Amino acid sequence: MLEGILIGLSTAFSVTNVLMVVGGCLIGTFIGMLPGLGPMSIIAIMIPIAIGIGDPSAALILLAGVYYGAIFGGSTSSILINAPGVASTVATSFDGYPLARQGKAGKALTVAAIASFAGGSIGAVLLMIFAPMLASVALLFHSAEYFALMVVGLSAIAAFAGSGQVLKAVLMTLLGLIMATVGEGALFNLPRFTMGIMDLQSGFGFITLAMAMFALPEAIYLVLDPGRSNAGGGGGNEIKDLRISRAEARQIAPVIGRQSIQGFLIGVLPGAGATIASFLGYAVERNIAPREEQKEFGKGSLKGLAAPESANNAACTGSFVPLLTLGIPGSGTTAILLGALIALNVSPGPRLMVDEPEIFWAVIISMYLGNVVLLILNLPLIPYIARVLAVPRSFLIPFILFFTLMGAYIGQNNATELLLLVGLGVAATALRLADYPLAPLLIGFILGAMLEDNFARSMQLYDGVSFIWERPMTAGLLVLAAVLVLLPGYRRLRTRMRARGIEGGD
Amino acid sequence: MALDRWLALAILAICLIYGYTAFFTMDAGLPPFMRRSPVWPSTFPKILAAMAVLVALAIVLGLEKPGRVGPAEIDWRRLHEYRLGQALALLGLMVAYALLLRPAGFLLSTTGFLAIGAAVLGERRFHILVPVVLIAAVGIWYLVQQVLGIYLRPWPFFLGNGA
Repeated sequence: MLEGILIGLSTAFSVTNVLMVVGGCLIGTFIGMLPGLGPMSIIAIMIPIAIGIGDPSAALILLAGVYYGAIFGGSTSSILINAPGVASTVATSFDGYPLARQGKAGKALTVAAIASFAGGSIGAVLLMIFAPMLASVALLFHSAEYFALMVVGLSAIAAFAGSGQVLKAVLMTLLGLIMATVGEGALFNLPRFTMGIMDLQSGFGFITLAMAMFALPEAIYLVLDPGRSNAGGGGGNEIKDLRISRAEARQIAPVIGRQSIQGFLIGVLPGAGATIASFLGYAVERNIAPREEQKEFGKGSLKGLAAPESANNAACTGSFVPLLTLGIPGSGTTAILLGALIALNVSPGPRLMVDEPEIFWAVIISMYLGNVVLLILNLPLIPYIARVLAVPRSFLIPFILFFTLMGAYIGQNNATELLLLVGLGVAATALRLADYPLAPLLIGFILGAMLEDNFARSMQLYDGVSFIWERPMTAGLLVLAAVLVLLPGYRRLRTRMRARGIEGGD
Repeated sequence: MALDRWLALAILAICLIYGYTAFFTMDAGLPPFMRRSPVWPSTFPKILAAMAVLVALAIVLGLEKPGRVGPAEIDWRRLHEYRLGQALALLGLMVAYALLLRPAGFLLSTTGFLAIGAAVLGERRFHILVPVVLIAAVGIWYLVQQVLGIYLRPWPFFLGNGA
């Protein structure tokens, strides 16, 4: 492991890669602060550039930097104008915005930055311990187990989609898998479901799909509802006095410690991710706080701000564990990162640590670096970067739309792709209006080829589907997947039955 | 019927066509040596189609009760109260951009796209808009062409290829 860390250090500290981290964090913060643009849209827009770089370590480091930066930027807009750019920073605005209205915006930003830094750093240490352990277990897996593991991952993502959403999430996942079968796969060398369209021969472009699922609907929402970009108002908050007192530091330290660990563990689970970690972190800290401090929550409590901030950053780091060790993304964002890796000819999975240790370790080391950059570079710059919040939407939106178009064009280099982007984007907007979760679709699409590949290999090895019951671990994992999907429905059914029983008088 | 169930119905239709292809037409062109393999190109799509049809049907029939809707999201029932015209105009503009990018060249179509897009959204300060858009278009062309090395024809087709 020490050897790996050294390789990682030497790769991550090369001049290019340090520039990548710094640049990525700054770009991420800058765009992440624009209300309504989440990390998924930003990373989707950045992918063509990252792929253009060519070196997988540098590209992944850039994207990871953009990711942290975006989350940090999202917290800033939550605090300053009560407009969380992302779901995972909604909990940040509960206490951050009241603080800003009390004139303590500077203090709130510092607490958020320190909490994020601690969450990210503790997460990176845990990642360094857990990832190699998990990878060495995963090396024992066969294609049958991989197939089952991916099914578990996809089911977990659907199961965590929320109440009344499970079936929709399952349908979106299946739709993503179906879209992945379009085109000429490596497995059979036969074009499938292309409807005779030449441009579909190579399948749907992953960047096009990512843009269409996230960046475009987000932009259309911004156009439809002008209130979205300046929710809460009061963008002119003056930021001064970034310092916090020693007593305040002592007050938030245990919160940060607890939530970094809890957040990381939640982040490792597929589908749970930063949003759940931040809400859960906030709720847990409110419940265990002394009674007089509990009243402060929601009115500008520093603890209430530190909890979701450390939890969501630790969870982001945690979500890299399944990505780097199993090649299974747990969230929409890591799915986009996985897609970028595949585009760069890197296949993530347990072999990544053995075959390409410099990528594996460089990414982990760059996470520390990214956190340091965010703390010492971004924090003093925040008052200046915050001016971006004043960019008028009539300038902002055409540029966002243009970057989605450019991303799709650069990815595939043909104009049909742009029409496809608009069509898919309109469909995605309609789905979003009807409360269909879109991340499962993209995750399904990205995992589709691998899922089918492992399925086909197991079928060939066992000459049929007998691998499902002949390999106990595969069977166990598939049962787990079924339980994950069916459990929420069963529980709702039971409550309904019970409610009916009470009405009936027994 | 609510929008989510209409959409599920549309997805159901797509899945039925997909399933029909997988079950009945795809295997016809399969070479004989592939027929001996336990897994065919249509095997996985068949499983997906069957599952997707069942799930879509369950949503169409309303088996899952809708959960709470987040307050920040847009209510589709009141879509006409939002700036639907602007959104549609911008989507139309994107289609126009897609069709014009090659014939009209990158610089002209991009400048047009950004300027018209901003004007649609109510921007009237053209003395600021036009310079900003021009600088952006030339800057991005330079980045993509020179730094990323991806060829983009800058001028309209009748002015040569700009190489």
